[in-house]
Amino acid sequence: MFEKALVGGRRYWTLVAVLLAIIGIGFLVYLKQLSYGLGITGMSRDVSWGFYISQFTFLVGVAASAVMLVIPYYLHNYKKFSKIVILGEFLAVSAVTMCILFIFVDMGQPMRIMNVILHPTPNSILFWDSVVLTGYLLLNIIIGWTTLQAEWKETAPPKWVKPLIYLSIPWAISIHTVTAFIYAGLPGRHFWLTAIMAARFLASAFASGPALLILLALIVRKYTSFDPGREPILAISKIVAYAMVTNVFFFLLEVFTAGYSQVPGHLGSFEYLFFGLEGHGKLVPLMWISILLAFIAIVLLVIPTTRRHETTLTVACIAVFISLWIDKGFGLVIGGFIPNPLERVFEYWPTLPEFIISIAVWATGFLILTILYKIVVSVREGIGPGEPVH
Amino acid sequence: MYDGGKIITGIIIFLLFATFPFYYNIGKAHVKPDPKLDTPVIKQLKEKKCVESKAYMRANHMQLLDKWRNQALREANRTYRNEEGKLFEISLQNTCMRCHSNKQKFCDECHNYAEVKPYCWDCHFVKEAKEGGAAK
Amino acid sequence: MSMDRREFLKIAGLAGLGLGIGAGASGWIFSRGLEASDFIPSPGALTAKRWAMVVVLSKFKTEDDYKRVIKACHKFHNVPDIGNPKDEIKWIWTDTYEHVFVGQENEYLPEAFKEKPFPLLCNHCTNAPCVRVCPTKATFKRKDGITMQDYHRCIGCRFCMAACPYGARSFNWRDPRPFIKETNPTFPTRTKGVVEKCTYCVELLEKGEMPKCVQASNGGLIFGDLQDPNSEVRKVLSENFSMRRKAELGTGPSVFYIIGGGEEDV
Repeated sequence: MFEKALVGGRRYWTLVAVLLAIIGIGFLVYLKQLSYGLGITGMSRDVSWGFYISQFTFLVGVAASAVMLVIPYYLHNYKKFSKIVILGEFLAVSAVTMCILFIFVDMGQPMRIMNVILHPTPNSILFWDSVVLTGYLLLNIIIGWTTLQAEWKETAPPKWVKPLIYLSIPWAISIHTVTAFIYAGLPGRHFWLTAIMAARFLASAFASGPALLILLALIVRKYTSFDPGREPILAISKIVAYAMVTNVFFFLLEVFTAGYSQVPGHLGSFEYLFFGLEGHGKLVPLMWISILLAFIAIVLLVIPTTRRHETTLTVACIAVFISLWIDKGFGLVIGGFIPNPLERVFEYWPTLPEFIISIAVWATGFLILTILYKIVVSVREGIGPGEPVH
Repeated sequence: MYDGGKIITGIIIFLLFATFPFYYNIGKAHVKPDPKLDTPVIKQLKEKKCVESKAYMRANHMQLLDKWRNQALREANRTYRNEEGKLFEISLQNTCMRCHSNKQKFCDECHNYAEVKPYCWDCHFVKEAKEGGAAK
Repeated sequence: MSMDRREFLKIAGLAGLGLGIGAGASGWIFSRGLEASDFIPSPGALTAKRWAMVVVLSKFKTEDDYKRVIKACHKFHNVPDIGNPKDEIKWIWTDTYEHVFVGQENEYLPEAFKEKPFPLLCNHCTNAPCVRVCPTKATFKRKDGITMQDYHRCIGCRFCMAACPYGARSFNWRDPRPFIKETNPTFPTRTKGVVEKCTYCVELLEKGEMPKCVQASNGGLIFGDLQDPNSEVRKVLSENFSMRRKAELGTGPSVFYIIGGGEEDV
């Protein structure tokens, strides 16, 4: 089946070549980081995690969101998702790969990564994160590949896949819960020390992931013969609407606790993110853009007419994705470090090399996605005699 | 043969790749490693013996060093009692390198020959070595 | 005998597995050998059930009192002076009351007190968050209460830095060696990509010496066994009012601060 990725049109190969070029540049910059050290990034003694770890955190959510298609299709027998569920599973494969890469490029001693397995430490959340992430990657590769292969051969998928699919549902929840626990269990980091962290992570995941999936489905439909159909997209858009509203609700709960209790520790990071602290406010404009986009998205998603209209739905999905990317892929991680445990403000901003390496990791994920989706589209084009073949 | 050209090209590329170590090293005369034990400290020793026998050290010094570091750093056992009951302070920098102060002529001699690059020297010093002193 | 691709792969896989197990087993057999040798704690080492430090602030009078202590530590441990706050590495440093005892500040405190520096170092917590989060046991608890750092094993994930509520940990963002002015040849440096911090001078305790900062403090820092009722730390703690940083987090810090109180001047 993989050979389908090796034949393609000019547009396909151009895309692959561009992505490979970006990956190549990123790899060279990574070599530089390897020889100089992580000092090449904007991270510091005070803000010791930056762009890499926040991208990782955001992408775990994207990966977990595949479950929002798996549950309706496999548990509730919602047949309309039959064509699109594979897109969700392969998106998860691509997103988890990016997560693992982002952790890898963030390590000070990457050649020692096997120490995590050599000296397993069950009391460390990072240990469990490595377990659930690799497990989730394997599950989605196996499930996605096997079901697609069955479709290609026009047979029913083998019976042993079913238990794996059911397993993948709680597993998806676990990857984002464990990722939230990385933050939510640290004493002295008030911004993260909140019981609602995992719930908030899941809500934002189930908004950002499906929003990206809608956008991807529309792109696939535009450039290939594969049409996921209108109804599944409308169904997913409802999921995005509910999840986004829930996410904003959870966020407001945090704002209330900090704002009404007025405990300085709880207020500090919020003040820094939204108003600036002691004259430092590099993240303030970004955070307000995130709020504004969230507001626009909710309006467009809640009103049935705009949710059903493809153009406004596209705008809403882009707004959801960017809003949550700023919130979780930037503000949440950086905000937790500012002010520092000694109540001093030391700011962070990614450097150019850090940015290039991050783009390259995204490009790697997008390359994997492109190849996997290409296979899906080619398989689909090959079957169903009624469908036109381009 | 279908796709004969492609297959033969593939085989040639594979062979070039697999034999890389051979043609990469052609013309480089390799001298047999000859580690030196003639440091001033060793010269003054009455009994010229390392913490364990020469044969054991030659074959197992890396395992011994690994145990040393774990015992010293993690178990707070900073003294090593050897097979003969003699005591040694566990310290690469202060015990091993006190006698073997000639890192280049002792450690590097074989390590370079065998193309192994232990990262000991990223942190541990060699007293008389020049700046850096990393195994190059 | 003919075999299809699937069968060939199966056999090849099993053979590979067998080879791997064989290689592992032979490695294990050959690595054994020495029977009589063993490892023991160094004779003459200072030992304790729970090491702790008391900072007697009244003994720190001039700027030099702080500098001397910091220099003694940083010079002995080859701590680099990188000269910018972003890449900074520090084992012992100072800050003022409102930053040291966050949430306890009070605008009506004497001006001199507000500006007085407090020595800061790793608290070697009884219930250390850094130890809890480390994925490789690179940072771990010794039996005597010291929170130790194994630079050989650290993967540089910096989870411990996020977990430490005291900002006691530094990461080597770059090679520290060019920034060490005079190197102490008896102590190693660190390499880029690992986390480091104060270790209560374990290597000196095991030689029977007090930590460098304590030696240089002229009585400003008192070090001893918290579990020994006759130790000096217990004596001063029983006679003076003392504070610990962020004890409300349940970390059990083992650095105590005696802030003026009964002493003649602050």
